Amino acid sequence: MYRYDEFDARIVKDRVEQFRGQVNRRLSGELLEDEFKPLRLQNGVYLQLHAYMLRVAIPYGQLNGAKLRRLADIARDYDRGYGHFTTRQNIQYNWVALKDIPDALNDLAGVELHAIQTSGNCIRNVTSDHFAGAAADELMDPRPWCEIIRQWSTFHPEFAFLPRKFKIAVTAAEHDRAAIAVHDIGLRIVKRGEIVGFEVHVGGGQGRTPVLASLVKDFVPETELLDYLEAVMRVYNRHGRRDNKYKARIKILVTELGEAEFTRQVDAEFAAQRGHEKIDLPQAEIDRINAYFAPPKFSVPAKAEFELFEVAKKNYPDFAEWADVNLHPHKAPGHCSVTVSLKPIGGAPGDATEAQMRVVAGLAEAYAYDDIRVSHAQNLVLPHVPVVHLHRIWRALNEAGLATANESLITDLIVCPGLDYCNLANARSIPVGQAVQKVFADPKYQREIGRLHINISGCINACGHHHVGHIGILGVDRKGEEFYQISLGGRADEKAAIGDVVGPALKGEDVPGAVKRIVDTYLHLRRTSDELFIETLARTGAEPFKEALYATA
Amino acid sequence: MPLLKNGAEIENNWLLLDQDSEAELKPDAAVVLPLARFLAEAETLAGRNAPVGVRLVPDDDAELLVPFLEWIQLVEVSFPKYTDGRGYSQAQLLRRRHGYRGELRAVGHVLRDQIFYMNRSGFDAYETARADLPSVLEALNEFRDTYQPAADGRVPVFRQRHGN
Repeated sequence: MYRYDEFDARIVKDRVEQFRGQVNRRLSGELLEDEFKPLRLQNGVYLQLHAYMLRVAIPYGQLNGAKLRRLADIARDYDRGYGHFTTRQNIQYNWVALKDIPDALNDLAGVELHAIQTSGNCIRNVTSDHFAGAAADELMDPRPWCEIIRQWSTFHPEFAFLPRKFKIAVTAAEHDRAAIAVHDIGLRIVKRGEIVGFEVHVGGGQGRTPVLASLVKDFVPETELLDYLEAVMRVYNRHGRRDNKYKARIKILVTELGEAEFTRQVDAEFAAQRGHEKIDLPQAEIDRINAYFAPPKFSVPAKAEFELFEVAKKNYPDFAEWADVNLHPHKAPGHCSVTVSLKPIGGAPGDATEAQMRVVAGLAEAYAYDDIRVSHAQNLVLPHVPVVHLHRIWRALNEAGLATANESLITDLIVCPGLDYCNLANARSIPVGQAVQKVFADPKYQREIGRLHINISGCINACGHHHVGHIGILGVDRKGEEFYQISLGGRADEKAAIGDVVGPALKGEDVPGAVKRIVDTYLHLRRTSDELFIETLARTGAEPFKEALYATA
Repeated sequence: MPLLKNGAEIENNWLLLDQDSEAELKPDAAVVLPLARFLAEAETLAGRNAPVGVRLVPDDDAELLVPFLEWIQLVEVSFPKYTDGRGYSQAQLLRRRHGYRGELRAVGHVLRDQIFYMNRSGFDAYETARADLPSVLEALNEFRDTYQPAADGRVPVFRQRHGN
């Protein structure tokens, strides 16, 4: 994991003091709310329905025990004892007082965390694969480049007042777990011979106009990446629309100019960069940052360890079921990655109490190389776990209510905070999610269904990523009443697609039954038990599902 | 409106003319013109003995000024709303790419908390009703280190780390 040096530490410390000054000037009335707003936003402070919300950055979703424990402290000291992990691998606190935020930021700085650029019309937290550095299917670890981009984008003087927010995601794996097609810039690390470089995808996004990113460059060598990003950003900053908030994302610029013209403009800007403007990141700096992400020295498992694992599974069926669902293949023999589900049936998806955070922190330190990730599916991940420790980890998680065996299953919902918290929302999303979960609570039923992503957003801003859910649910307001639109066929992976709305919106109370009819139709139609919902849908088209969905009982 | 430059509040002796102003240019007055008018009259203006400046609005293509950067003495970059960040790119282009050495002045909705970014983008003068001199000086020094090269020439952290 990256560690701050004196420079990083000073920058974050200076930020804490700067923000303390801004808060004081706001509290004294010197700063008007209108002037304070973009300042607090660039530090992750929102004014929500009931209180201020603080969003803390978790760069590319990486934590360790000390950091997660500090996040628990923040929940205890300044909030109501819990936090909410987000689809952007960050954490949000919903009940903090403005006057306490500078102190909270100071506490965070002590463990090398901050809230810089977690909101506002600037370059946001860089996101990545939550199995980075662990997954068996990755070309290389994408985190060093995430860190390089984090540093480059932090307080970038030219790009702090963009037309709209800007999100960058990086993947290096065959299976795209970072959803690069729906980011403003999606980077895929590739190699040409021995040269590391990037495919650059631009203009993806969700919100009210979902668009998949265009491939604007199939190979940018790593030494030129930041200069190329500068070119993209400058074209966007100069020419992105500022007349309408809903048309201000880079996806609209790419769409309106057309992929070819947009690419031409970026290439022209890149070509116009003079020698002295080039960032020209020294190889020594690339090497320095890479060194922080060297894999831990993985233990070599003894044969007996696998046998013990098998015995434990036999003796504890719940453990076996969990191990069957929540483990992911690891590159090192005798290891796996563990998903710690934050989706218990009937819970608020992505929420964790301070006690739960401390349990995960302790387990990571004791048994899992002190490495923890936040996934964009709003779960926690222990990326490196020796098989021999799985059973004891499961027991501890189980006691803490963190061992729901549902990773990527139908109850592993992605859900935005919705009208329960958010002042942008049109409808509640958490209660709808909970009601859907209850229909599928039976573990056998869930496993029978297999991988199926349901995503729920409480408004068109699509924080729950409903456009890319296999089944997407969008809350809309109809004359003061909450309705829900269902879409089918979205996906966020390497075969990214935007789901299609299937028909008229439904009342909240009808959503769980409707989803069940869709799922039962799938179970009836699928050819084999391992044909996924999304595959069956692609084969049959949406018709049979629509019929089932609107069948009146 | 107070004008701040080089750590001091200075007199603003420039006269801003609008696009259609019929007023005759006094031969010895320092004048600032909108881009379109400047471009239309550039030949005549080049022969003046008094200083000439240009005011850019966010929509303007700053690079149209490139042929004139040797002799214009002021570029005013206007921020109608401080949330419109196009002026930062205009400044970087003029200062950094094209080596403009005259005064680069931020005008309009210029607030204390944007001045650090403005300075890094190449501005050296700030016309602002919303920030006094001490607070501007404070804002300019809020960060001791910077992660990326910009028009201000500060050595970014990634070079300092490796001793150059």
